[in-house]
Amino acid sequence: MAADRLKVGPIMCHAHGLCAELLPEMVRLDEWGYPILADGPVPPVLRSDARAAVAACPTLALRLRSD
Amino acid sequence: MGQTLWFASRATGLVSLLLLTATVVLGASHSGRVATTRWPRFTLHAVHRNLSLLAVAFLAVHVATAIVDPYAGIAWLDVVVPFASTYHPFWLGLGAVALDLLVAVIVTSLVRTRLPLRVWRAVHLASYALWPVALVHGWGIGGSDSSLSWVLALEGLCLAAVVVAVGLRLRATHPDSEARR
Ligand code: SF4
Repeated sequence: MAADRLKVGPIMCHAHGLCAELLPEMVRLDEWGYPILADGPVPPVLRSDARAAVAACPTLALRLRSD
Repeated sequence: MGQTLWFASRATGLVSLLLLTATVVLGASHSGRVATTRWPRFTLHAVHRNLSLLAVAFLAVHVATAIVDPYAGIAWLDVVVPFASTYHPFWLGLGAVALDLLVAVIVTSLVRTRLPLRVWRAVHLASYALWPVALVHGWGIGGSDSSLSWVLALEGLCLAAVVVAVGLRLRATHPDSEARR
């Protein structure tokens, strides 16, 4: 199975910051509140948290892509 | 059975109003980016979501008991088709309007990640219309209940809470929203 990677649409993202609350292991916020994502695939233990973060993003800017 | 069903319908209607009020207040706060360390955004969002689903459960009982109780002669169709009932067509019709809107809001939210954001948002904004319609439905159809002072006080409190929350939401600003103007 291909590993999922997180992607954020920089124009869609309105800096709501929920992704960093729900997935702090992979998302930190820059000084303006926009997310900086960790590189690499989402590790299996974080998969459900990643899905929760994607579902909670108010602007649907955060996506999981399998590549 | 007697009046049990009728009382149940009235009581669940009032509880639904409380739950919808809390849902609207939390929803407006969430989209207004209200957050503290003890109430981070995802908590606000989760409570908003769960209260709305609880409201749906209470509304299901509210509607079902009103129909099953023979007193008012409300038909299943009257609940979804506005202004068609023989019993208080206008006040019951408002309830049907609110229910239809609520179903649209809930269904689009359940599949939100699979919809274009614009579509979900446009439908979700209908919440601000459905809440006052639901309030007026309850007040208008409440009969003698609506002259009880505690019921009036409850409705007044709900109205005040929503007015304050929406007012704060309209005044909320954020650099990102500013930059997009
Ligand atoms: S939750 Fe969405 S809008 Fe908010 S910072 Fe993360 S990606 Fe951006």
